[in-house]
This record gives sequence, C-alpha cells and structure tokens, in this order.
Amino acid sequence: MANPSAVCNGHLHHHHQKQNNLLKSGIYKKNGITKGMKKNGVSNGTLYKKTFIEHFEQAPMYVAVFTVVGFAVGTIFGYLRDFMRAWGLEKRNIAEEREQQKDFVPLYQDFENFYTRNLYMRIRDNWNRPICSVPGPQFDLMERVTDDYNWTFRFTGRTIKNVINMGSYNYLGFAETDVNALKTVTIELEKYGTGVCSTRQEMGTLDKHVELEKLVATFLGVEDSMVFGMGFATNSMNIPALVGKGCLILSDELNHTSLVLGARLSGATIRIFKHNNMQSLEKLLRDAIIYGQPRTHRAWRKIIILVEGIYSMEGSIVRLPEIVSLKNKYKAYLYLDEAHSIGAVGATGRGVVEYFGMSPDDVDVLMGTFTKSFGAAGGYIAGKKGLVDFLRTHSHSAVYATSMCPPVAEQIIRAMKCLMGLDGTTQGLQRVRQLEKNTRYFRRKLHEMGFIIYGNDDSPVVPLLLYMPGKIGAFARRMLERNIGVVVVGFPATPITESRARFCVSAAHTREMLDTVLNALDELGDYLQLKYSRYSKSSHPELYEETRLELED
Amino acid sequence: MAAAAGQQWVLVEMVQAFYEAPAYHLILEGILILWIIRLLFSKTYKLQERSDLTLKEKEELIEEWQPEPLVPPVPKDHPALNYNIVSGPPTHIITVNGKECINFASFNFLGLLDNEKVKCAAQASLKKYGVGTCGPRGFYGTFDVHLELEERLAKFMRTEEAIIYSYGFATIASAIPAYSKRGDIVFVDEAACFAIQKGLQASRSNIKLFKHNDMADLERLLKEQETEDQKNPRKARVTRRFIVVEGLYMNTGDICPLPELIKLKYKYKVRIFLEESLSFGVLGEHGRGITEHFGINIDDIDLISANMENSLASIGGFCCGRSFIIDHQRLSGQGYCFSASLPPLLAAAAIEALNIMEDNPDIFQTLRAKCEHIHKALQGISGLKVVGESFSPALHLQLEESCGSRENDVKLLKRVVDYCMNSGVALTQACYLEKEEKCLPPPSIRVVITVEQTEQELDKAASLLKEAAQSVLN
Repeated sequence: MANPSAVCNGHLHHHHQKQNNLLKSGIYKKNGITKGMKKNGVSNGTLYKKTFIEHFEQAPMYVAVFTVVGFAVGTIFGYLRDFMRAWGLEKRNIAEEREQQKDFVPLYQDFENFYTRNLYMRIRDNWNRPICSVPGPQFDLMERVTDDYNWTFRFTGRTIKNVINMGSYNYLGFAETDVNALKTVTIELEKYGTGVCSTRQEMGTLDKHVELEKLVATFLGVEDSMVFGMGFATNSMNIPALVGKGCLILSDELNHTSLVLGARLSGATIRIFKHNNMQSLEKLLRDAIIYGQPRTHRAWRKIIILVEGIYSMEGSIVRLPEIVSLKNKYKAYLYLDEAHSIGAVGATGRGVVEYFGMSPDDVDVLMGTFTKSFGAAGGYIAGKKGLVDFLRTHSHSAVYATSMCPPVAEQIIRAMKCLMGLDGTTQGLQRVRQLEKNTRYFRRKLHEMGFIIYGNDDSPVVPLLLYMPGKIGAFARRMLERNIGVVVVGFPATPITESRARFCVSAAHTREMLDTVLNALDELGDYLQLKYSRYSKSSHPELYEETRLELED
Repeated sequence: MAAAAGQQWVLVEMVQAFYEAPAYHLILEGILILWIIRLLFSKTYKLQERSDLTLKEKEELIEEWQPEPLVPPVPKDHPALNYNIVSGPPTHIITVNGKECINFASFNFLGLLDNEKVKCAAQASLKKYGVGTCGPRGFYGTFDVHLELEERLAKFMRTEEAIIYSYGFATIASAIPAYSKRGDIVFVDEAACFAIQKGLQASRSNIKLFKHNDMADLERLLKEQETEDQKNPRKARVTRRFIVVEGLYMNTGDICPLPELIKLKYKYKVRIFLEESLSFGVLGEHGRGITEHFGINIDDIDLISANMENSLASIGGFCCGRSFIIDHQRLSGQGYCFSASLPPLLAAAAIEALNIMEDNPDIFQTLRAKCEHIHKALQGISGLKVVGESFSPALHLQLEESCGSRENDVKLLKRVVDYCMNSGVALTQACYLEKEEKCLPPPSIRVVITVEQTEQELDKAASLLKEAAQSVLN
C-alpha cells in the first residue's frame, strides 16, 4: 500500500515493453518478485502468443484511509439509528415478525441485517432498477421515487427513455427485438410453447435440445456437449457429479458463487489459491500431491482446478496457458467456466481458449452460459464424449430439473449460427470485431482520463474503481441523470475498500454512445474526484499507441 | 553511598579480570554465550525437519501419483444414455422416438403447455423484450413483467409477497440456505425431493430426518430437541428450527398432514417451509395448493415454494409468504442474486397461465375427477400396486414384489413402459440418482394425469398397463 507502484497482480503500462520482453524470456514479474518459471518446467516464453496485460493499480494511501473512515462513519450512524429505532425515536420501516410468532427463535440475528438496514438502504435505489424494454444498447427504465428514504419505492408511471445501457451482459448484442433476427424463435415458440414439463432423463429431451447440443459441440470444437436450463445451476449441479469425497478442488479466490456452491455440495476438500496467481496454484498442487489428504495422508483421488475465463468483478482473464501447463505437469483436471468469456473474446468468439490460441482439448471441462453473449438463458458443459455421457447419466440437473425451454434453445441456436457464419453472413464475426474495438476504445479512453480501471485490456468487463462508499450512490445517480445506466458494486461483493462501477461493453454500442458515456465520465470523474490513477496516459501517449497497433495486427 | 562505591569497585574488578583473562578463556566463553543464544532461538523439535522430503523425493512423489480418470466410463447400455427423444412439443399427443403417443409422462397437469393464449402472451413479450435478460435482478435484470408476475403470484396465493427464481430446482434449494445456517436445526421428511436435500446440504444445518408423514416420529424428535434445549438454554435461544415438508410428495404421491404439522409448529415453536411444486395449481378449490385443500390460513406457513414448470407450464419457480420472510431472499437467495433473471417471455407465459387458472376454477375439479378415475381403474393390476393419493395427478406404480435387485426391478418396469409406449401410451419411470438420494424410493412407473386426457384415454392407459403387467410380470 505504501509503495505506489506496487501492482497486485498485473502490470502498468509504462512497463509494457519491458514486460513483454520478460514474458518472452521466460521470466515474469508479480508482486514485485521476479521469479524464473523455467525451474518449474514451465517455459513461459512460448506460452503466450500475444501480450498479456492486466492492470491492478493501487490507489494512493489516503484513498484507503478515507474509504475506511467512510465506512466507520456509516457504521456509527447505523448504531445510532438502530438505538433510536429501539427507543421509538425513529420510525421502524422494516417488516416485522408476526405477532403470533414473536416468541419463536428470531429468524434473523440482529447484526445480520445491520449492513442492509443502515448502509445498503441509503443507496438502494441504484440496484434492481426495473426496465421495460429489451436490454439492448439502450433501454427504458421505469421511473421510481421514494417517499421514505428508499424503504419503499413508488412508480410514477413515467419511463426514462433511451438510457444508455452499460450494465447488461449483452456483449454481442444478441439481446434484440429485430423481427427478422427473431423469426425462427417466433416459429419455435408457436410450435413448442414455453415449457417442457419434464426432466431430461424422463420425457424432457426434445429434438431441439439434441440439435443445440450438436451445434454447441461443433462451435467449441469438442466431441460432445450437454445443455442445462440455468447457468448458475450448470455449475452447482454438475460439479458434485464430477468430484466427491477424497477429491481436491483448487479454486480461484474470486470464483463465482455458483462454482463455490457446486464445490461445497460436492463434499470434496476445497483449497483456494490467490486470484490468477500461478505460484500460489503450483504450491497448492505440489503440496497436495506430496502430502496427500489431511490426517489419513492417502493420495488424492483426483485434483480439479476451477477457474473462470473472465472474472466478472475484476475484468481479468485467466492465465490459461500457464494453468494448462501446470495441470499437465501435475496431472490435475481443469474446469473452465466461460460464463463471461464465451462469445466475448477470441478472434471468432470462441472464448479464452481461442483467445490464447489453444486447443479445446487442453481443457477437460468446458463450461459456459448462454445468458450473456447469446442473449438467452442456460448453460452448457462440453468436452470429451466420455465426460458428457457421464453427465447425461449422473448430472443432478439431468435427473431432477426441467429441461431447457425450446424457444430459448432456438435463440441460442440462431445466435451461435450467426457467430459461426452459418446464416450466410459475416454479421457474427463483425459483432466480435466490433466488441473488440469498442472494448479497446473504451478502456483506452478511461486510462487516458486517469481513472483506475482493473483487468485485461481485451476484457469487455470494465471495472472502474470508486473506492469510497459515499461515491457509489453519487456516481450511479448522476450517471442516471445523464441518461446512462451503470452497475455499481460495493462490499460484500468486492473487498471493503474497493467499491467500483462496472461497465459491460457491447458490440451494439455505437461510437457515439460510448463517447457520450466517456464525456459524462470525464465530467463526473472531475466532479467526484475519481481520477485516482497516477499513470494517466496523457504523459505517455506514444507507448499506448504502439501497444495498440501491436495488439491489433 | 558506600554501597554504590562498592558496586562500582566490583565492576572495575570485572573489567580488569576481562583484560587479564587468557584469550582461549574468552573465546570459550564467547562460544558458550553464542551456544546459549542458539539454543534459545532454535526450534525445540527437529524431528519434523529431519524427516523432511528432499526435492528429489518430492519430484518422485509427484511423478508417481496417478489420479483417477475424471469420470468413470459409462456402460453403453445405461438407460440414461438411451433416452427418449421427443420430436415436437411434449403436449397431449407426443411423438416419442418417432412414435405418436398419448402423453402420460409430462407434468403438464392443466394442459397449458399448448394453450394459444399463453403462446400469444409469450409472443407479445418476445416482440417487446427479446429472449434473454442479460443480467441478474440487481443489475438491470428486473423487468416490469417480473414485478407483475410477483405481484400476481402473491395475490393469487393471498400472501404479502412473492419472489421469482429463474429455475424451479434452484428455488427451494436457494431458499432454505437463505434462512437456515450452520448450527440451526431442520426437521425434514425422509421422502423429501432432491431439491430440498440439496438446499439442506448447502445450508450446512443440523438435519433430522423423520419417517415419511409420521407425526409421532416428528414429535419424538421435537421432544428430544426440547430436552436438549433445556440443557443449554443459551444456545437454544439462537438456534433456529424449521420443518421442511412437501405439499404433495413427488416421490410418493401423497400429501403431508398439514393440520397436525401446524399444531406441532406452535407447540414447539418451529417454522414450516412447504414445497408445493406438485400441489400448486392442482389442490384446492382455486388451485392454491395444500393450504387451500386443508382450509388453513396461509400465514401459518412461513414459506411456500413452488415451481412454475408443472401446472403453469413455464420455467422457473417462486417463493411466497410474508414480506418479513420473503424479502430477505432478495439479498440472500443465491439462485436469485447471482443468476440471470427469468426470460421475460417465460414470465409473461406464467402470468397468462395464472389468468387462465383464475378464470377457470373448474379446471381443478376436472383434474381431480380424472385423477380419481384412473386411480380407481388402476387398482387390482396383478403385480403392480398404486402408490399415491386418489387425487394426486402424479402417481406411482410399484412392483408388488421385488424380484431381488433394484437393477432387475428397473429392467422389468422398463419392459412394462416399453410395452405401453409401443401401443401408444407414453410413460416413464421415475428417475433418481441412486447413490445421491438420502432415502431412495423403490423403482416405479410414474403416471401423470392432465386435464387434456379424455376418459377413454384414461381407460385405455389403465387397460394397457394391465395388459402389459400381465405379459411382462406373469
């Protein structure tokens, strides 16, 4: 924290050239420690085919101090108001326990909801904003007001039209209402209706599912795939089928809740490695194999590494080449969750595997969702035929959960066909390119303005650090005043001192929209003093241009 | 003063002695002092260190280790690999593996899957909103249709609030761990469905199974807990307790004795969570489920959860109850917060399905009559027994006598199912993950009744089953 140039996981721009050289020579720098990777048998030089740049710039010390002070003040006021509520000096707005059940054991511990009641409630209007149109590049919001400081909301009946949507995971712009694009979906909806009313193993395997699974396998270049009705459940209901007692799960510390839940339900031992930190992972792998299971010291039955392609709160991309070489060296298995990365990165939208120029066979379990890039719902698991066959017989979802809604399956099929060029156009490819361009442009401009943004230069998830709790509400509200819808996140979804705003760039955003957002951000950044970066690009313009050219070839 | 002078003298003497001492003496003492310091700062036990593996040994261990394959091979003839493929919609008439059948397998109780009005509503929604929501509820994934559906469900069930999930299975599985945490106690019926079991597992609470629908057994456990509580009243004051039951049991086809449960609830101060996936839209005069069936004040139930994938023929699930309870899930229900919200067209379909249910309350009577009809017709099949209430739209046919192993039983029942399928009645066995279930129900054929089946079709199915049983089992 005291060292302003310390980066927690990545590299700053003015190190670019040096960094690239380091990477090529098999040495890379992390946490300020230069470590030779050769000794681990991992040759970094050939692993990355292009530059891998991630930023995690730390804010000046005073920012952290003010942030903690901010939370402290909020907490003190919270206690004060709780005290006043208890003594009847302030109106209690919170829903109360039923009179007949007052003598039951309280359903909630008092402190459990302290944060919700006293801090979240102040800025609650920035979440769950209801929309009343397609979540495309622009959407319409239902205007709502509160008469009691966010305890309840009242709809005015008006809509806020054409708000620029920087929040939805609509990476490729497939959330659309174009009649021509949705033609097949309309037909399938007319034919099948909405439900299925049965599970995959009983009477719920429709021809539509078979068609989709074949297409997904072709798209990803693997032997087989299976699709599920919900992305979250794809993780939480399939990991327990793959691993169990006596197995070890190595999980990235920032993995999504669905992966964490799946790991917990499996009954396997879980160990956490530092986010995208290969030394930490390798140490865990070595120790696990050498020392075996705790207490019994029996060898682990198998070891599986759980990682995500793009991390949704950090915007970082998994260091796949290194993970694959580690997993090969230590005979572990790799489960890759491409929820945010499928469609969003890679030259033809085939996710991080393609982004790094690797083969899908390098990953044992390819998982992804259709909610984001494909503008639908559900998830898939793909890989070797043996794996998918096993899941067909043992997945919790296949046996107990209703299968995917057919028109939703059709939406995925049409989006995927478009991406693959099977619709006879190059539109899909154009979308991928446009997304790439938009991402680079948006990220570059933010860097230049001096904001601290996290993550990989190629990641369409762009977190902009706000730090202080008071700025969360101020930022989101003022953006909405400018007709821009943003997502803001604070504790507990992020570390307490790292509240942030998150933008999801879409291929459907036009340059004008992005410029409007950027102008608004520029103004607001000055007004709210959000430009914390000490490596503002304006002082090193030439370096950035150079990198950009290099990346685009 | 004198004492101080004396001390000073001693010091001077020491320094003098130091100068006069021979060099070897000083070196020896120096070494001794260093030795003491070393002993003070070194670790007491060195056994560990001594047995430490060398780098070479470590590499050998790593080299030696062979993991199990990621997944074991699945035999090619596994029934789940030779699944039925349905071409076209799974409605009243269904095409299974290319053969047209009457559908006795899909939970389409009210026949709404094929309903024109529902499709129209979904089409209108598709036109307006597209397909996906591209975000969780918190981040611009809340659509006006979601709010409307929640309001309508709450109104339909006559509760304060409802919350919708985008997947039926995730509903109860997320709701339970939102309230019940480590250290809390959950009393659960042993026939509870898999989603409940997973919810309990995720909650990491203390789970107490009671025998299926056996209130005496439940009371025994509650009493046991009461004595336990008296021993440790401080702990008891913060230990939440819940009873989790199903309205109409998926695995057994019978209903829970709700009035007795309510009595136990107030006697032992335990909250009741009720899973109504099968009973919602089926039981009661207006299809409000088991509470209406028994005429119980819905506020006596702390939480009701159901999916919208059976009667409503859409996708997703919902929880309803008092705001005090339900609202908590909006920040604590994992499947709610961290998952993309329900596609609007599915919400619109569910709203329209609710409209139809409200406009045609006779539909529940019709369904009930049909259930009773086939329940009667299925009695007396030699070799098969009917399990489940007469008014349950999903009942089980189990073997009267097992032929020894579960595997053979399953094969036998499969032959019955195939026989019927060849003659135009689509049926399925109830599928379970045999190793995962807490209390594995015996193998069975599940017969699902819908309002679309005519009396002739019901009779046909019953006589066909009789015929099949005759030819396969005897």
